[in-house]
Amino acid sequence: MSGNKQDEDPRINGIKTKIRVVPDFPKKGIMFQDITTVLLDPKAFKDTIDLFVERYRDKNISVVAGIEARGFIFGPPIALAIGAKFVPLRKPKKLPGETIFEEYELEYGNDRLEMHVGAVEAGDRALVVDDLIATGGTLCAAINLLERVGAEVVECACVIELPELKGRQRLKGKPLCMLVEYR
Amino acid sequence: MQSIICSHHLCLAPPPTVLCNRLLCHRVPSIRLTNHRSATTSLRLFTCAAASKKSEIMAAAKEDGQDPRIPKIASSIRVIPDFPKPGIMFQDITTLLLDTEAFKDTIDIFVERYKGKGISVVAGVEARGFIFGPPIALAIGAKFVPMRKPKKLPGKVISEEYSLEYGTDKIEMHVGAVEPGERAIIIDDLIATGGTLAAAIRLLERVGVKIVECACVIELPELKGREKLGDAPLFILVTSDAA
Repeated sequence: MSGNKQDEDPRINGIKTKIRVVPDFPKKGIMFQDITTVLLDPKAFKDTIDLFVERYRDKNISVVAGIEARGFIFGPPIALAIGAKFVPLRKPKKLPGETIFEEYELEYGNDRLEMHVGAVEAGDRALVVDDLIATGGTLCAAINLLERVGAEVVECACVIELPELKGRQRLKGKPLCMLVEYR
Repeated sequence: MQSIICSHHLCLAPPPTVLCNRLLCHRVPSIRLTNHRSATTSLRLFTCAAASKKSEIMAAAKEDGQDPRIPKIASSIRVIPDFPKPGIMFQDITTLLLDTEAFKDTIDIFVERYKGKGISVVAGVEARGFIFGPPIALAIGAKFVPMRKPKKLPGKVISEEYSLEYGTDKIEMHVGAVEPGERAIIIDDLIATGGTLAAAIRLLERVGVKIVECACVIELPELKGREKLGDAPLFILVTSDAA
């Protein structure tokens, strides 16, 4: 599943064909990977979740952390199926309780990812979920947040990877599982 | 103080006479009982069997109508005072998501209600609607349609404006996500003033979709959001004070 082409699950092609590529969004030159069209196909959406659930159900994962906002779409169904808590990782000022934050770089400037204090405990085994990995900056911030509170990040899971942006190398040595590559 | 819940059966068509065997009935505005909140001074559970068949009402009355999953769901929600500003009691569902049983039960209650009712669209309002909507959609075999703040959706969109306390905001949906004649439910974590949900209803109705129901985990009834939803029924699990 993680880019291992020779044993690609037959469901993956069905998912890949449902992803809509929108040119020049949010700005010129970017080929935006739109997963909303996958969500419109109940089978493709179900297959996406099933592929991750099959991978993680026997790995004793206690936390699925999803990155706002599209990580909120894929994370909770996985969490529910494997019996893990779901922890939303959010942009600043959205979470109402006490939070910790991690800064990360954007093309211009910085942004922050926040997590509620107490959501994750030391010793929790965590999965980080987002729809896509590009540069890996957001995922790296997520890994940092989880590790700071003593959780073990087992893997990062994304539907899509943009391998040319080398995000995989920014994951502090954590493995990445993805379903579809876009070059 | 957090209070109750109402779980009852979803009828496909509005019944000609609706019999309600208890004090609370959240479903059909036309038969709303006044002063129902004065009855909710303690954490007792009511089941409103808004059913057209007498036999269904008898069954509900017999089991004493309490969905045993609801108290745990209600108690798993954390109330945070003075967020985002002084005077507001914020209903934090992130603690519900940390309780695997409560989260599963929440989804199960919605799924039991909507499965097999010909619903092909679950629309979820950004961002907390994205947490509850997809698991429901997956379980009932419907598509999930995210309704988003402006400029987030990459493709061609239609928008609907709605009022805020100061100014306006917009909610957007992709063109082509839904088709005329589809039957939809709209999901959000909470209904307060109802402005966002009302905008979501208008957006879907503009493209010919039938809103079967709006479903939220929490209602703040003092803010009368229900009144903004027009003919669309509202189903909720927990009610709470706004401030």
